[in-house]
Amino acid sequence: MKFVDEYRDPAAARAAVAQIEALAGPLTERSGQHLKFMEVCGGHTHTIYKHGIENLLPESVELVHGPGCPVCVIPMGRVEDAIAVAETPGVIFTSFGDMMRVPGADGNLLEAKARGADVRMVYSPLDALRIAEANPDRQVVFFAVGFETTAPSTAVTLLKAKERGVTNFLVFCNHVTIVPPVKAILESPDLRLDGFLGPGHVSTVIGNRPYRFVPAVYGKPLVTAGFEPLDILQAIVMLVRQLNDGRCEVENQYTRAVHDEGNPRALAILAEVFELRPHFEWRGLGFISQSALKLNDAFADYDAELRFNVPGVRVADPKACQCGEVLKGVIKPWECKVFGTACTPETPIGTCMVSSEGACAAYYNYGRFTRAATIPVRAAEPEPVA
Amino acid sequence: MCLGIPGQLVEIIDVEQHRGMADIDGVRREINIGLVLNEPGGLKVGDWVLIHVGFAMSVLDEEEAERTLSFIKLMGEVWDDEKAQFSQEAPL
Repeated sequence: MKFVDEYRDPAAARAAVAQIEALAGPLTERSGQHLKFMEVCGGHTHTIYKHGIENLLPESVELVHGPGCPVCVIPMGRVEDAIAVAETPGVIFTSFGDMMRVPGADGNLLEAKARGADVRMVYSPLDALRIAEANPDRQVVFFAVGFETTAPSTAVTLLKAKERGVTNFLVFCNHVTIVPPVKAILESPDLRLDGFLGPGHVSTVIGNRPYRFVPAVYGKPLVTAGFEPLDILQAIVMLVRQLNDGRCEVENQYTRAVHDEGNPRALAILAEVFELRPHFEWRGLGFISQSALKLNDAFADYDAELRFNVPGVRVADPKACQCGEVLKGVIKPWECKVFGTACTPETPIGTCMVSSEGACAAYYNYGRFTRAATIPVRAAEPEPVA
Repeated sequence: MCLGIPGQLVEIIDVEQHRGMADIDGVRREINIGLVLNEPGGLKVGDWVLIHVGFAMSVLDEEEAERTLSFIKLMGEVWDDEKAQFSQEAPL
């Protein structure tokens, strides 16, 4: 573990926090408002709560959680569609584990399995293809979810299925893209933001160029960040420094893994297999145009939505659940009425409590039940970062 | 599922078919290496890669890999889940 310490070094973290405080102070004094930065990625949300970064930050800086959890943004209607396909006779329905517990209007995939549907958890879309090859007399459907991080894996699997002449493998495609929801949030009147922490792993695929509209059109800085506590603190330093210098750019803190041009090979494969949907419903954000992927005409034979009768019905979220507001960063999880009472990781009502990357699950698992537990406690002994 | 976990490439099984064998913390599993084959310098046994749903997504240097791995281990349950899923073979 010789390389680890510098990224958890409490002294380095304190130095970064001091820098943030020094840079943010004059800005907030001038404007009379504290700075609000949104972390787009669910992985960042997890790091922030695991390591109590919110408590380390000065009161002049607030972190707001964004829509970057692929499980959380799937609307209930799509879960219903998935269950309908899974319950079609002769189907083997495969899904990542996270999606199995996401509630639809009438139960989740695990409950469909208990009722007799052949639902299987897979680690990789390639596992679903293997199941299809081993069961030529069954239709094997893969429940594809995820941002641009995950979509290339589905695309490669489809190319392999075609190459090998596998005709009983189908994809129920729910892949989404990161830029349109960021744009939707920037257009939203109910949220004031001063900048963004850009997602890490999505950016390894798409690079940093797609974010250039954030400073160019909306005048907000964006810094792509890694997943270590110190990565996040450094990215915040970079954001407040930009604001202080009067600059507004896309910058890359996570240069260890993210290149400006992304992964050209993955992007080429995405273009070969998918096309943009005219619109797609996002939980909490509503319909966003050109925000999701579908299989293109060359892969129509593999499209579960064309092969099966999916209900395609829009299902409103449960009234008590405020995942939508949480995903837009309008409220914090503890402000939701059912948070931690009716809605827990064991019995989730909303998607944000299901996935470990969801903001509600992160808050719950790390004991941020109330406002009192989330407001800065820096007067006490500084929390160790690791 | 959105996490990427660093693993070390311990074997290139078939470069044409993009098949490689990765080791994550002592657990071995076949992965797809097609998305990182065009890395400058080429891909070789011993390299560290960021693995997501059975695919190598990017090549990491050893320092970054070690840092990330030890960090994910600190996440407790998240790490246990990912490792359990990485090691499971889907029943055919």
